[in-house]
Formats: sequence, structure tokens, C-alpha cells
Amino acid sequence: MQGMPTGNEPPLWRRTASLLLALGLVAGLFTFAFASVGYRWNWAGVWVYRRQFLTGWLVTVVLSVIALTVSTLIGVILALLRRSRFLPLKYLARIYVEVIRGTPLLVQLLIFFYVVATAFHLDNRYVVGVLTLSVFSGAYISEVIRAGIESVGKSQLDSARAIGLTTAQTYRYVIFPQAIRQVLPPLAGQFASLIKDSSLLSIIGISEFTLNAQNVSSYTYSNFESYLPLAFGYLILTLPISLWTQSLERRSQFET
Amino acid sequence: MKLELAGVTKSFGAHRVLDDISLNLPSVHAFVLIGPSGGGKSTLLRILAGLEHPDSGRVSIDGAALPGDEESLRQYRRGAGTVFQAYNLFPHLSALDNILLPLEKAHGLAHAEAESRAMDTLRRFQLEAHARKKPAQLSGGQKQRVAIARAVAIKPRLLLFDEPTSALDPEMTAEVLEMIEELKREGRDLVLVTHEMAFARVAADHVAYLADGKILESGAPDEVFATPHSESCRRFLGKILRY
Repeated sequence: MQGMPTGNEPPLWRRTASLLLALGLVAGLFTFAFASVGYRWNWAGVWVYRRQFLTGWLVTVVLSVIALTVSTLIGVILALLRRSRFLPLKYLARIYVEVIRGTPLLVQLLIFFYVVATAFHLDNRYVVGVLTLSVFSGAYISEVIRAGIESVGKSQLDSARAIGLTTAQTYRYVIFPQAIRQVLPPLAGQFASLIKDSSLLSIIGISEFTLNAQNVSSYTYSNFESYLPLAFGYLILTLPISLWTQSLERRSQFET
Repeated sequence: MKLELAGVTKSFGAHRVLDDISLNLPSVHAFVLIGPSGGGKSTLLRILAGLEHPDSGRVSIDGAALPGDEESLRQYRRGAGTVFQAYNLFPHLSALDNILLPLEKAHGLAHAEAESRAMDTLRRFQLEAHARKKPAQLSGGQKQRVAIARAVAIKPRLLLFDEPTSALDPEMTAEVLEMIEELKREGRDLVLVTHEMAFARVAADHVAYLADGKILESGAPDEVFATPHSESCRRFLGKILRY
């Protein structure tokens, strides 16, 4: 495989120093920007509401984990439907993916919350929120999984047929184990997006991280002191995923 | 085995790959198909392997016609050991697991029984040292030998080889051909598509030359190689045997 890191990586001290320098530049830029607008910080006012931040953050984590599980399920089913030989199902899956991916989550949330949920007597806004988020993310995940399935070569399917496996066995023992390696890095990236997208649930009144931060901001009139911790709280979740994704990508490079 | 082809025709789109092929071999053990690329020999082998349905015509082996529906064809494929040109093995499974998969999942053997049969087969072909290796850790020749071992382990009623050495260098080709020769000597029925003319000549008891979807020559290897009737076959052999 091309592009593998060779033994010529710069020494650790140089990499550390360079990283610190880059971080310092970013910090300097922001310090300068905030200093020039003459912003007066009021951290003490926001600190009083620290529990609000924590519970909101935990709600975001829980909602995201549930939505990830449900959306992965939706994604797998959609990907299989799109490979179905029964055309109505195939088109249904296609329409689903195109419509959901082509419209804003904001619109979907409003329609789901005010129309679909009301029609089906879904009263719990948390359930509606998680479902909408799963429906949204499932469309993207289905494309990731479909690409993974299609990355398994035709010769592999030929071999599976030749040894007499059924279609279900071919998926279970030949396609999925090989597709998962292709799928994991983009899937992890999708999870990071999902965590950030969950912030939109605030508009239907789910007290997750973003809504709680907005509330604190309006209690204290301290916008930046509320929104900076918000940004930081999302970074704590997305940064490890991003790093994990990169290591997965490196590993799948070595293996091929 | 007794092999009968009657009016077998197969098209891919507008291209007629097999054009009304008929052949009657009352008793053949090693049937070798030769001919130019695109002449239809691989398609014929894939039909014999139960991987393609002919558009029309009839194929029967030992008096039993090949089924037309997918479910019966799957049953049929379970009794045939097919080896392709390359990429036979499942890359995520070790050599041993590659052999275990059909034994356990397609033939329903219990794990212990499947494992002992798989290990016996690997040992027989001096491959036991590679049992735990993934295909990426094996040489091309070793991969093909494991693929053949997988095909043999299911105790198939016939073995089918689709250009099994085309992707290999001469040394690896030799080790794979030796293995096929050994299987032939023990009396297994096999069908082989190959470009290795020297091997075809010694290993086959019947050779068919396919070009443009038709069988233009068919007979004992000495006949076909020494006195080909058709101009097409003469030119083909002349070209191939010159170097």
C-alpha cells in the first residue's frame, strides 16, 4: 500500500513543540479578537448554573448513543433494501435517502414534531427527537454501509456462490466481515456529526446541552461564557471520535 | 463421469458467448477446455459449475440434468468444487477457516468434524504450516493450493478449474499443476480451463477447443494437438506453441 508512514517521522520533541506552537497561534488569535472588542467576562454568573451544563451534556450523550444505535439499524435495513430485487422497496429506500439527505434537519424536526408525531399520538418529545435524529442520520449511514457492501469484490460473491452459501450466509460470513473494515471510519465520522446535529433538538424544547446553554445565557446575559463551554463540551465528545477515525483509517490502510 | 451437452446457448447482452454447443462424452475423467480468450470456455465451465444458467439447451452429468432454479442449483454447487483464476479465498479468514466455512455452513458438518477434515486435507497437501495464516500472508501458489484444498475437502463429485494458474509465475504454476495432476491420478473427475498446453496434453483424456462460442475441435489430446482439423485451432496452437 502506498502512503504508509515511513521511519522518517520527525522526533517527538519537534512534533510536540510544533503542536504547541500551532495551538498557541490559535489561542493568540482568539485572545486578540476578544480583547479588541473589549468583551467583559462574567464567568462567575455562569458558574452558578454549572449543573445545568452537566445535565444537558449528559442528556446529549444519552440521546446521541440511542440515536446512533437506531440509525445504524435503519442504515443497514435501508442499504439492504436498496440492493433488493423487488423494485418498489428499492425505490422506497432510494426516495427516503434522497429526501432526507436533501432537506435540512431543522425542517424535518418541525414536520416530525408538529405533524407526524401529533398524527400518531407520540407525546414524548424526547422519543420524537431521538427518532427524527435517527431517521436523519440513518439516511447517511445507509450510504456508508452501501458503499462498504459494494467494496466487496464480485469475485468474492462468486466464491461464496461456488461453495453453496445462501444469500443470508453470504452477507453474514463473507460481505459484512469485509465491509465493516471499510465502513468503520466513515461511520465514526457520522457519529461525530450526529452528536453535533443533536443540538438542533433544542428547537423542539428538549433540554439537552444546547438548550440548557441557551437558557443559562438568557438568565445571565452572558453569551460567550455560555456558548464557549458549549463548544468545548461538544469537542470533548467529537475529538476522541475524530482521532479514533484517523487511527482506523491508518489501520485499514496497513491491512489491504 | 458421463457428460452431455445438447444445444447449449448463452448470451450476455447482444454477445452470444456459447452458440448451440453439443458434446457427448460417455466416460471422461479429465476434460480440458482450451481456446482463445473470449471464446466461451470459461462460460462453459461456469455453467458446468452451476454458476450460470444457459439460455437454452441441456447439460447433464451422469444422466442427471443440471437444474434450472437457483435453489436446486445451490444444492448442485455444494457438490462441485470450483477453483477460479484468482481471489478465491476470503481475505478475512485464515486458510483453515476458508476450508471450514463451506464444510460447516454449506454442508452442515459439526465444528469438530469439519476441523479434523480440514486439517487432514491441509496436511495431505503439505499446507498445515499455513493453516492459521490469512491469504495476504501466503504466496500466490499457496493461495491457489489452499483454494484447491477447500474445493477437495467437501468431497465433490467433480472439480472445476477456471484458469487456475493464469495469475501465477512459472514456479507457482508448477506446484499448482502438480496438485491437479495428483487429484487426477487418484481418479477424480475434473474439468479444467487452461492455457498450459503442455499440461493439457498430458493431463487430459479429452480436449475441446472453443472459439467464437463453438466447439471447433474435440477429441483425445494427441489428436487435437497433433492433427487439428480447423484452421482456427491450427493457428491458435501454432501461435501458442511457438514460444
